[in-house]
Amino acid sequence: MLEQQLVNALTLGSVYALFSLGFTLVFGVLEVINLSHGAMFMAGSFAALTVVTRLKAPLAVGILAAMLVSGLLGLAIDALILKRLRARHAPHLIPMIATIGATTVLTSAAQGLFGVEVQRFPDELLPTREFIFGSVHVRALELAIVGIAFLLMTTLFLVLRHTRQGRALRAIAESPKAAALLGINVEGLFLATSFTAAALGGVAGLLIGLNFNSVTPLMGQPILHKGIAVVILGGMGDIRGALFGGLFLGFAEVLSKAYLSSQMGDAVAFGLLFLILLVRPAGLFGRVLERKA
Amino acid sequence: MNRATKHLLFAAASLLAVSAVAGDLKIGIAEALTGGAAQYGVPIRNGFQLAADEINAKGGINGNKLVLVVEDEQGKKEEAINVFKKLIFQDKVLMIFGPTLSNSMFAAGPVANAAKVVAFGTSNTANGISEMGPYIFRNSVMESDVLPVTVSTAVKHYKIKKVAVIYGNDDAFTKSGYDVFKKVLEDQKIPVTTTETYVKGDVDFKAQLTKIKATNPDAVICSGLAEEAATLMVQARGLGLKAPFIGGNGFNSPKLFEVSKTAGEGTFVGSPWANTNPTPANQHFVAAYKQKYGAEPNQFAAQAYDAMTIAAAALKSIKVTGNVANDREALHGALPKVSLSGATGPFKFRQSVGKDGKPAGYDADQKPFIYVIRDGKFVLFTGK
Repeated sequence: MLEQQLVNALTLGSVYALFSLGFTLVFGVLEVINLSHGAMFMAGSFAALTVVTRLKAPLAVGILAAMLVSGLLGLAIDALILKRLRARHAPHLIPMIATIGATTVLTSAAQGLFGVEVQRFPDELLPTREFIFGSVHVRALELAIVGIAFLLMTTLFLVLRHTRQGRALRAIAESPKAAALLGINVEGLFLATSFTAAALGGVAGLLIGLNFNSVTPLMGQPILHKGIAVVILGGMGDIRGALFGGLFLGFAEVLSKAYLSSQMGDAVAFGLLFLILLVRPAGLFGRVLERKA
Repeated sequence: MNRATKHLLFAAASLLAVSAVAGDLKIGIAEALTGGAAQYGVPIRNGFQLAADEINAKGGINGNKLVLVVEDEQGKKEEAINVFKKLIFQDKVLMIFGPTLSNSMFAAGPVANAAKVVAFGTSNTANGISEMGPYIFRNSVMESDVLPVTVSTAVKHYKIKKVAVIYGNDDAFTKSGYDVFKKVLEDQKIPVTTTETYVKGDVDFKAQLTKIKATNPDAVICSGLAEEAATLMVQARGLGLKAPFIGGNGFNSPKLFEVSKTAGEGTFVGSPWANTNPTPANQHFVAAYKQKYGAEPNQFAAQAYDAMTIAAAALKSIKVTGNVANDREALHGALPKVSLSGATGPFKFRQSVGKDGKPAGYDADQKPFIYVIRDGKFVLFTGK
């Protein structure tokens, strides 16, 4: 039973990590807690679903549609809302509240367009292969989620570390003003980051929508709450933190359900989170911010 | 045609209309048509309307037409009382169907009872409804009538020695289903290996299911809504958990199969109604409902449809005089004698006993259907 529970924890943790990647990226660069990330997640799922069911396109096109639609929505939110707030030097809380508004608009639009009922992907598109190792059962899709979470995390990490764009982004994260003085196109990179983060959210939505074969306008809400916890635990804005924070939450939740009680899953996971933050207030990988003058 | 002729014709038509009204049988409908309870109230109203239209199309009852006076009680107690008063004293209906929620019936039922007007609930499943007085009727079957039969049938069929239980613990409906299951398991002395829970919005049940698998139960009892239950069964099979499921009322939805496909094979479910019940009465109801409303009917629509048929049978057996008080009393006397076979199967009333020990209102005396899932469909369980 332990082996199976560890596999369960790994897949659940990877789901959380996948969702949190884009979420933490936006915070790292824009310093905005973008609560519309749950809506990006939902939009990606619906975009892919629409493309594969209405246009009978293959799943690969669905993945592209998810990235594109969510990415463009993320771009639109940045250009229409966040950019204006940046220009006016709005305090941190304001963009966060504004993204709650964007979420409400997007979920209501989805409810109007697609209805409130759960939508499904057609059967023939679902990868149903299953691997059995001894007493452990894993589905191909779950392996893919784990693989993709690690792959995207590594790619993002390397891009940020070793490319020109990545260095520019880190410079912005350090100080947008100084970066602008150095000739970095700050606004352009902000838009690019919003696009990338939302596109990542869209892919996460598609994969998770496929895995549980359930797509609804409100699907982003429960995972958003977990995502916030993951990002805080991992260290706000840290890519590695999103992965390890996600895995940590997955393991804490599954193991407490397995060995304590299923009523206790969230209580234990969030209790541990609280304890860790007492010891490391900036999260696992975060640095304590020194107040810039 | 000149203006004057038009007026004349109109006046003649109005006269005709008035003379038709004399033979109308006014029935009050007080259901939640807006607000959260509208998801039940609207199908219920549709069920009534469908039955009444069919009866009228066949010439009505002894030549008189059924006229429904439909009011929205919004799923609120205060509103239910207001609507009941309006229907009884202003519209002077012969009887009232509704309200939608048990809470509202507890509030409005006594108003009807005091006025000696039948209040007939089709969706009130709480204990104590019919105990309020002799004018309170219902044809809604309670979960505490259904689940013991479901469990004992499954136990006998699968030779079940021990079960695991899983339910949604933050939803009033699935939680109350669990409470009934718990009592049934205690009464039938069936040991529970483990009791697991989940919350609304959960899509990953693997931790709980892995734990259940490790306790090796003969069956898994699940009180959940159809969407969750379907995902749960798919994940159970994915983990190699082969024990059959026993479901609560939430399983009674075609949605169960959209996701679960074959994962639900062998699941036992009890219900006052199921859309696949092959009786002609039910097949007719399902087809007619779909044609009229362009949607699948549910249990609530079926119970409302049957309730209207029951009332029509009672009305047919009495002589309507036009004196409202006398007609109401005659209807009250005739209703308990009705027994018929409708969309929900054979039906008759059972008189309940009030708190004072005297005979009170009437509950449904109806056997639940036990269904087993075979080839991705509900199949009536016949003992094999």
